[in-house]
Amino acid sequence: MIFSLINRKIYTLLKVQYSNMMEYRVEIALWAISGIIPFFMLNIWTNNNLNSSINISAIMLSRYFLCAFFVRQFSVVWVVFSFEEDSLMGKVSPYLIQPLNPFFRYFAQHLAEQITRFPFALIIAFFFFIFNPESIWIPSLGVLFLSIISTFLSFLIQFLIQSIVACLCFWTEKASSIERLLFIPTLFLSGLLAPVASFPEYVKSWIYFTPFPYLIDFPANLLSGNPTNVSLGFTIQILWVLLLFPVFKKIWSAGTKKFTAMGS
Amino acid sequence: MVKNIIDVRNLSKSFDISSKEPGLKGTIKHFFQRQTKSIEVIKNISFEIKEGEIVGFLGANGAGKTTILKMLCGLIYPSKGSILVGGHMPFRRKENFLKKITLIMGQKQQLIWDLPPIESLYLNASIYEIDKFETKKRIQKLSEMLEIDDELFIPVRKLSLGQRMKSELLAALIHEPNILFLDEPTLGLDVNAQRNLRKFLRKYNEETNATICLTSHYMKDITSLCKRVICVHDGSISYDGKLDQLLKKLSPVKHILVVCRSEKDATKLENSGFTIKNKTNNEITIIVENNSTTSSLKKILNNFDIEDLYINEPPIDEIIGRILIKKNYDI
Repeated sequence: MIFSLINRKIYTLLKVQYSNMMEYRVEIALWAISGIIPFFMLNIWTNNNLNSSINISAIMLSRYFLCAFFVRQFSVVWVVFSFEEDSLMGKVSPYLIQPLNPFFRYFAQHLAEQITRFPFALIIAFFFFIFNPESIWIPSLGVLFLSIISTFLSFLIQFLIQSIVACLCFWTEKASSIERLLFIPTLFLSGLLAPVASFPEYVKSWIYFTPFPYLIDFPANLLSGNPTNVSLGFTIQILWVLLLFPVFKKIWSAGTKKFTAMGS
Repeated sequence: MVKNIIDVRNLSKSFDISSKEPGLKGTIKHFFQRQTKSIEVIKNISFEIKEGEIVGFLGANGAGKTTILKMLCGLIYPSKGSILVGGHMPFRRKENFLKKITLIMGQKQQLIWDLPPIESLYLNASIYEIDKFETKKRIQKLSEMLEIDDELFIPVRKLSLGQRMKSELLAALIHEPNILFLDEPTLGLDVNAQRNLRKFLRKYNEETNATICLTSHYMKDITSLCKRVICVHDGSISYDGKLDQLLKKLSPVKHILVVCRSEKDATKLENSGFTIKNKTNNEITIIVENNSTTSSLKKILNNFDIEDLYINEPPIDEIIGRILIKKNYDI
């Protein structure tokens, strides 16, 4: 009985947020298109024959960037901006007095957006294969399954990081400016612009201690079939989730005590 | 004996506010050396509210009434003192407590803007773990009480303010809370929508014995719903008691406008010992004490040739306005 009510809570939350996201389908299609940075990067890499410097074939590199595009599509997070706006407009107040942490709403919003985004991402991939027929491959079911989990964990890590930053709204009105600082390492160190394997050795010596390579590089390598340490990748992804979750809970608890319910 | 559902003891709340001097110099100084000061917005207040009571919180803008409501529903932490609402400490925001209360703020919405209200209703119902059958039953019951039907299936952005407010109420009451915190619920509504909302709240209170704490700048909301008012002045309670007692105390007199048949009669009335407010031609306004209204009327009707007669009480807005700027009312 309790489980069915909880399931209904999750199902309704997702269903309603999906209906809401469908109202923005055109915008979501445009967002999906705007995420084609990996394809530009692929163009730069192949036109300059840079792949040979990291011992990766042109085909594998194109598959990597397609997978990076997919991973990015399904792990993009904007919770800090939503929460900041809702805080300033006083919309957080009614959510706070409901028996559900408001971040579940944002979480459902992101998942619903990903579902809405899926067909557009597929269409973009279809066009990618038309222009790069040599890159066509079908990953095994096992790899696909692991890649989906790893992409979800990447999303979870980014969601938790941004939620922690979002909670700073309780202290500062412009928490999104802190997120801007995080955007730079996310862009350069995650593997969105180049596979982490191509980074200089001194960068590689410390980068794996940060969460960034596990956001794009690890899931994209996994899906594209490039060599990667699967068990270590998953372990570190899970460790980051386990580390960030209590930090989020702590900062949420401290933040709600500071809440002044401005804008309402 | 009716039990207390809200118990507030020595409650205080302070906010840290940053202050900045005007001009460029002030801006630069503020950038390098931010100065903050602590302002006590609620000052050591205590009160109790009984189950089923409708209590109006009155006060000028910035007096602290909304801050009190926010502390009562657990949105903000108190700096000092204790609050018990339905046996819970609100700021702990325990699930059992949250299921008992609701907060409605005029012109602040929780409905999803681009979807019809019905979607938000089902979402709220699932958040409060109400099963489907019960949800349908409650939506039907509340929509009948609120006289809202087709509007539930139209996107919120296309609804009028009044329709939106009704839908907001429905969403806020779907879990049948027994403590309602209403912060200016009729703000911006037209006269008919305001009346319907008041009618609904009265009915909800009668049917469910819910406790209602209400703030409003529309005096009609207060006078038609609340028997008891708590006046808040500069963070302190300046009056806590029955509204009619307060009005009697503040307005112990009535104004009687007497239209005499001739100016001669008016002059005769003017010189008959009544306290006169003003006189123009054959119309004369006299001031009588509340407890001598009947005897004064008898005297006027028996002794003077009059054409018409009006009994007026000073406008309630004027009286309440006087409350808002005064610090203490000992009744």
